Formats: sequence, structure tokens, C-alpha cells
Amino acid sequence: MRRRNFLYLTSGTLAAVGLVACGGSDGSGGGDGGGDSVEVFTWWAAGSEKAGLDALVEVFVEQHPDIEFVNGAVAGGAGSAAKDMLQSRLQAGDPPDTFQAHAGAELNDYIDAGQIVDVSDIYDELGLREAFPESLLERLTADGAIYSVPSNIHRSNVVWGSAAVLTDAGIDPATPPASVDEFLEQLDTLAAAGVTPLSVGAAWTQVNLLEAILMADLGAAGYNGLFDGSTGWDSAEVTTALTHFETMIGHTNTDRDGLDWPDATQQLIDGTAAYNVMGDWAVAAFDEAGLAPQEGYVYFELPGADKIFGFLADSFTLPEGAPNPEGTKAWLDTISSPDGQLAFNLAKGSIPARTDVDTAEFPEYQQTAVTSFAEDEICSSIAHGAATSVGWLNAISDATSQFTAGATDLAAYQQALTDIAAENQA
Amino acid sequence: MPAVLPVSSSAEVFVSGKLRRFGPPLLLISPSLILVGVFIYGLMGQNLWMSMTDNHSAAQANGREPISVVGLENYIGLFATEAFRHSMANLLLFTAAFLIGAMVMGFLWAWLLERPLPGGRFFQTVYLFPMAISFVASGVVWRWLLNSNQGDSASGLNRLFQMVGLDFLQNPWWNNITFGILAIALPAVWQLSGYVMALFLAGFRGVPDELREAARMDGATELQMYRLVIFPQLTPVVMSALVIIAHMSLKSFDLIMSISKPANYQTKVPAVDMFLFKSSYDYANSAAVGTILLAVVAVLIVPYLIHQYRESRR
Amino acid sequence: MTAAAHLSAPSGTPGPGAGDDAAPTGGGPRRPSKYTVARTLRYLLLLIGLLFVMIPVYVLFITSFKGVGDATPARAWLLPAGWTLDNWKAAWDQLAPSIGRSVAMVVPSTIISAGLGCLNGFVLSRWRFPGADIVFTLILFGMFLPYQAVMIPLLELMLAVQVPYGIPSLIVLHVVFGIPICTLIFRNYFETVPEELMEASKVDGAGMLRTFWSVALPIAVPGFAVVLIWQFTNAWNDFLFAVFFSSAANGPVTLALNNLANGALLTNYGVSMAGALLASLPTLLVYILLSRYFLAGLMSGSVKG
Repeated sequence: MRRRNFLYLTSGTLAAVGLVACGGSDGSGGGDGGGDSVEVFTWWAAGSEKAGLDALVEVFVEQHPDIEFVNGAVAGGAGSAAKDMLQSRLQAGDPPDTFQAHAGAELNDYIDAGQIVDVSDIYDELGLREAFPESLLERLTADGAIYSVPSNIHRSNVVWGSAAVLTDAGIDPATPPASVDEFLEQLDTLAAAGVTPLSVGAAWTQVNLLEAILMADLGAAGYNGLFDGSTGWDSAEVTTALTHFETMIGHTNTDRDGLDWPDATQQLIDGTAAYNVMGDWAVAAFDEAGLAPQEGYVYFELPGADKIFGFLADSFTLPEGAPNPEGTKAWLDTISSPDGQLAFNLAKGSIPARTDVDTAEFPEYQQTAVTSFAEDEICSSIAHGAATSVGWLNAISDATSQFTAGATDLAAYQQALTDIAAENQA
Repeated sequence: MPAVLPVSSSAEVFVSGKLRRFGPPLLLISPSLILVGVFIYGLMGQNLWMSMTDNHSAAQANGREPISVVGLENYIGLFATEAFRHSMANLLLFTAAFLIGAMVMGFLWAWLLERPLPGGRFFQTVYLFPMAISFVASGVVWRWLLNSNQGDSASGLNRLFQMVGLDFLQNPWWNNITFGILAIALPAVWQLSGYVMALFLAGFRGVPDELREAARMDGATELQMYRLVIFPQLTPVVMSALVIIAHMSLKSFDLIMSISKPANYQTKVPAVDMFLFKSSYDYANSAAVGTILLAVVAVLIVPYLIHQYRESRR
Repeated sequence: MTAAAHLSAPSGTPGPGAGDDAAPTGGGPRRPSKYTVARTLRYLLLLIGLLFVMIPVYVLFITSFKGVGDATPARAWLLPAGWTLDNWKAAWDQLAPSIGRSVAMVVPSTIISAGLGCLNGFVLSRWRFPGADIVFTLILFGMFLPYQAVMIPLLELMLAVQVPYGIPSLIVLHVVFGIPICTLIFRNYFETVPEELMEASKVDGAGMLRTFWSVALPIAVPGFAVVLIWQFTNAWNDFLFAVFFSSAANGPVTLALNNLANGALLTNYGVSMAGALLASLPTLLVYILLSRYFLAGLMSGSVKG
């Protein structure tokens, strides 16, 4: 290829100039350990996520004392900063030994680019096919291969409410609304009471809200059909859901675009907002603030046609060209082991992917999530890359931001979503 | 490729046998020439080529699927979308606000400090110092200050306005589709006004004393002296400052990233689009946006450089 | 950021460069009252400017000393309920390694690009060859290059030359993309040096290298001050290259700060602001200690003959 020639020609020239010498002194870049370490790239740098990682590392040190754990955590809004950085590292041929990624469509780009390796044999070796539920394996498998090992499962479609704010507005926090319409009526009541009815943050949290309303209004089959083409994004059901979404956005805080999810949750804790739709990692924020479930805060799923578990799972991969694949295997072993999953999920507030972990110790909210995951319909999250590829998600986020900022009307928004789907399903 | 230009002109020199005279200087600057040639002109060409391909997916970016040339399709596609036109409009507004703000502020400060004044150096140092701070660092605080809430839940500058009784000044800052981008220009002006001041101060100092004296002799008032004698002398400084600020505004990326968020429609500019395309593995569109930025810069800079070139030949 | 003031500037002889702190001269004011009014107005406007510059600094500064519950946007303008150094300690713990890496990146890249710039500037101003002006103009264009326009192929190029990812890559990039501005500053600086100095050396039969070494280099010290400040600040504050060519584990302080400020789930604003100040201290120190040189350099560059 002509392009490659250009590059090698250039590199030759550069070497001749002697510039490379100033960087070349320490040989290979980055990796300072030998074969006995594992660099784990995550976006778990703070709060309950960090607590979870710390708990996991404890188990890892016990199980694999001869392998050094290297923390490659990068913070930044639900991993957006980390993903950008990871992408350039993979492009630059400097992969970590393993990295965190949401299981599902988000992995497609890495797979297409040949940046991660099939880990089916690790599944067989560790007996993971029996340990994980069928519904999960299905979501992990692409063309007969499996590219990541899940450490935990989160639920994305939870409505959180501040008991105090709801009570003050004359709404009984103990009985969740029975329908989307009733929920919208409550938002009106709350607005009249002078509080922010629904708090939300920047674009990705708005997409999180959007997917929750899509799940409620379309039902499981209808929602899942959005991604394989069996439900049209231009259908009347989607129009209804988007109308509901528009109403909800109208009831949110005006400074939403400058906030991330913790700021939005904080508004419930501070008593300035009543409701917030967010994944179940938010439970840690309430606990940390000393609020008790039911008395301090309430949670329920947005009521709809089906009972739905909005699914996303954190998982770990084996990148192509990982410096220490042995370390990677040890790490995958720990995160998929019953001990690892127990310690990690207890601390992080999520639920184990394995079905054989004893969840009796888990706090109240997590118990409900375990039940729901076992019994309810499963729908993959859009906002967290389980249902859509990175490009598709970026396009949805852009269109959503354009809509909520007021640049497009509902019809144009729906048209944009339809076009995006057409482009990405091809 | 333009990068080869210097080399070929050197070949000419060798032929004409002036090796002894021009060999050493060429040798001395050849490392720089090669680096600039490769990294700037070579990559510019490479980028232009990439922008005319259909390299839109992760697999193509990694050479696992073929790439074909599609000509100007990506450019046409970009300008066909409302969103990209919005980005360009934002860029225009931002540049205008940044330019006017920094020029006016910088000029005013320089004028105030141009004549000796006790404490003058203190003001100079303070005005100049925001330049030393990275956009990432100042973004931390500007994000607070530019919070869009008003009324009871106001914080940041809106809160300050309330506290000093200037409630009417409250506004949603960058949280406005059409003009929100102007709010991002505020931190940019904050950061660069001191620099423009320094440029103007240098300009003022460059005006010969004899000119001032002559003007005074002729009985000109202070204002007349500035207006008729000194300001015209500053034209080249104005040119320089305009070019610098304008091209900086085209590059502004850190600032928007640290105050707003890349996905926010209100504050989209081409540099952010390019970043987002890149994170979606859409290298072709990313390169196309880069080339568009380059074209805009070139429209601004090339005439200026040609002017400079002619000046230096005289 | 660039200093194209050097590109073109008013011609003429140097004005009174120093002495800002001196009392006003000029034979005593004839109309004291008018003079005082004008002066008060000047101070008033200067103070407004000062306010504008200092507002964000005030918030940064006080918030960095606030406790957890105190450091909220709603209380942004109030003084700390209790002053604490915890934020600074926490910020230091998190940023210290990356500050070290920033130093390791900035020092060599600044010195190398200043050296190259000095050579180029000398050749292009005092030892011209045919086409030197075209070459200079072509180099100059690089100063205005939006790096976005080369970023994608640059990723591939750096991969192909296999410069280690992280600080080594960033050193190369800051050197290369610093060449235009450094060349410009030195060229304009040497233009201000009287031709006779160099000519004398040439007449003595000194070769180019000797002239450079014994005549040009010693008088280029103020030029170096300007270039070093520029490059230091630019490289230290760079975020774009850092995002693309390094990671939190091996990148400079801007990246670590961004991590600290935008990352945490429940952002600790006090720590972010302390971190922002901490990350800015080196460049601030350079400015405070060397701002006199910086201005002097700008001015000396601007009065090219």
C-alpha cells in the first residue's frame, strides 16, 4: 500500500535525523514490569466503583499472589474519558493487559478492528458457560465467539425518588405510580409545589432517561426490536414515547447540560428535586449520604407494559497484543470467581453475573435487582453500549442533545433517530 | 508535496556550485526542515487524502477492511447536516466574540499602562498571568461560574450578580442554542486579553519618542496625538493580534471540553465534532473536519504570510 | 499560543523600555486637577480589569481551602467556614507523579526546540541562502496549523516510528510543533542585532559555525528567555496532544488534573480546585519570576529594524 510506504519512508527519515534517539533510550514504552503483572484499565477511579475495584483487588492478591496488580483507572463521566484514551492506546498499539467494557454491542468496534481476542477457551477452562445464566451468555456471544468476561450486572432503568420531597408535595412515596401517565401527573404536581420534579444531567443521562421511557412504552419485544429493525423508530409507539420524553425533559433542571449523574442524584439528597432516572449505581450515593431505603429514598421501575430489567454488564477483555496475557487470564479468573463476584458486587452495589453466588448478604436494593434479573424481561441499555455500537450511541446522544437543547422539534428528532438507526443497522 | 520545496531549492544550489557558501547553513537547518516537512506538510497531505476516503469504521481504520476513495462526498455530507452548519456558525460567533473581547480589553489595558504609572508593573503582571494557566485548570472554575441556573437555585456568576444587586444580568450562559457559545468566549477573553495587552504595549513602546515630541510641539492635545500619531503606528500589532487570536479560536478545544461537554449541542464547534468522529472510529469524517479547519485558517493566514513575505523581501 | 508580534511591528527606534514604576516625568503638570482626574480614571479602569481577572482566581483559591460540605457551588463566593489544607494534600498525592512526568516532558522539549529555533533563526536572518524567505514562510505556516488537521495521520505516523507512547512521544511532538514559533522568535531577534557585529566576524574569516557560536549565541540570551517561557508554558498546558498520545498512567499533569476534576463520581470540588492551582504553579512561577524578560523579549522582538 502506498500509504504504508509513505509512513515507513517517513520513519526512516526520522530515524536518520536522529530525533527518535531522544525517546528511544528506555527501550519498549510503558510496561515496567516483566511477565508477572497485569495492567487493568477501568474507569473505576472513585466512590463505590473504586470501593468495588479495591475489594476485587483484595481477592486477586489472595488468589494470585505472584502477579502484581497495576491500576490503570481513568476517571471521567461514565467512562467517556477512559474510552477515548483506551481507543488511542489501542490504535497506538499500547494496549493494557485487560480493559473494562460494557458487554454487548459496544464491543463490536473492538472486535471489527481486531483489537480484542476471543476468550471462549477461557470460558471452557473456567467452566463459565455453566456459571452464567443463558440470557447473559446470549448477549455476550457474537458470531459464536465470546469476547469478554462479565464481572457484574447493573440495572439502568430505575426511578429514584426523595421520600421527603414527595411527601411534602402530597405524594405518597410508598406507592409508586401505576402508569407512565400517572408518573407524568405527579411531575406536574411536583412542579406546582416548586421543586424540580425530575433531575437529570448531561447528554448521556438524558439518553438513559430516554431508554427508560422507551422500555416502559414499547414493552420488551418492542424495545428489543428497535435494534434489529423489527420495530420502526418512526412508528407511532416511538412517537408516544418521545412525547413522554419531551414532557419529562420539560420538568427537569435547567442546568442539566453542565451536570453529570452524581450532581443530579445529589439534588434528591439535598431535597431540591423529587425524582431521578438513573442506573442502580446511584444507590451508593444515597447510602453514602446516610439515607435509608423507603424512609429516605424510594426506587421503582418506570411502569409499563412489561416488567423490564434494563441490562448492562461490566466485563473484561483480552486485548490483542496484551503485554502479559498470563496476568490477564489470572485477572479474568478472579473477576469471574464466586469470591471475586461476591466481594466486588457487595462493594459496588451491582449484582453478580454468576447464578451460584449466595446473595443473602446483599442489601435491600440489590436483593430486588437479583430477583428482577431472574424473573423480568431483559432489555439491553442504549446509554451504556449494551444495545448499540459506539458510533450509533454517539449519534443518538448528539440527536438527543440537539432535541433537549431546543434545536429540533419532536418530528425532526424522531426522523434523526430513524435515520441513525437505518445507517447503523446496515 | 510542498515539503520537498526546500530540498529541491537546495539541489539547485549544489548545482550552481555555491556549496561552500550555502551548504553549511542548509545543513544546519535541515533537521528542522525535514521535521516540518514531514510532520506538517506531509501529514497535511495525508489527512487530505484520508478525508476523501470512505474510512468510516473501526475495521477500516485498522486495515482489516478495504478503503476506497470517494472524492468530496464526506465534505458534501458534512455541510448537508444541520448539526455541522450549527458547529460552523458557533465557530464564527465564538471567534467574533473572542476577537472583539480580547482586542478591546487588551488594547484598553495597554493604553492605560502605556505611560509610566506607579504600580503599573503590578497590573501588567496580574493581567498577563491567566495566560500561564491551562484551559483545563481554568475550566475547573469557569464551569462553576457559568452555571446556567437563575433565581433561587442560582450559583456561580448568576449568584454573584444577585449578591451585588445586578439581578438583570443573570443569564443562562452557554446553555442557549444560538448564542450560548458566546459565554465560552468569556473565559477565552479572560485568558488572552493580557497577551493582547502585551502585544500592544510592545507596539506603543515601539513608537519613536520624536514622533510624540513633534506632535506635542505642533500643539496637539493628548487625544489628538494618540488618534493621529500613535494609533496608526499600531496597525501591524493589530494585524498580528487579530491573526493570533483568530487562529487560536479555531483550535479551541480544551476550553469547551472542560466547561461544557463534547455531546452538548449548544457548544458544538468543528474541533469537538472532529473529536467525536474520531471516537466513533469515523476517521474519514474526522479528517474532513480537520481539513475544513485548516482551510479556514489558511484563508486567514495565507494572505497575511504573503504580506509578511513581501515585506521581508523589501 | 504564539507570539507573532514579532512577525511585524512598528518600525523605529526603541522607546523607553523600562521604568514603569518611575513617577511621571515631564516638567511638572501644568493643570494638576485635570491630571489627577485622568489618573484616577486610569486607576479606576485598571481596578475593574483587576476584578475581572481576579474573580475566578478568588473562587479557585478559597474553594481549595474549604471542607467537603463547604465546597459547593451555592457557597462559591463565601469565605471558608474553616480553613483546611486537606484538599491540597489530597491533590498533591494524586498529582505528584504526573507533575514529575510533566517536568520530564517539558524540560527536554523546551531546550531542544529552543536550540533548533536558535539555529534556524540565525541562518534565516543572518546567513541567508537563496529561497530563505520562502522557507521561512513555509515554516511559519506551521505555527498556525490547527493540529486537528494532522491528528489522525499523526497517530499512524507515531505508531510507525515506534516512539514509546507517553512522555517520549509528547517530547517529540512538542519539539516538532514548537519549531515554527521558536524559529520565528529567534529570527526576529537576530534581525534586531546590528548587522555589523556579524559582518565583523565574517570579515575576520570566521566560518558560519564559529560566528554562530561566538557571536550569535552569546547575544541571544534574551531571545532564549522568551522562547523558553513560551515553550515551557505551551508544553506544560497542552491537553490535545496529551489526550491522544498518553494515558493517565504515563501522561502529563493536565491529563491527571482533568481526571481529578471531571472524573470523580461525587466530585470533591475543593480537591479539584486545589489541583488546578497546583498544576498551574510551575507556569505561574515562571511568569512571576520571568515576566520582565518576557515583556522585554516581546518588545525587543517587536522593534526589528
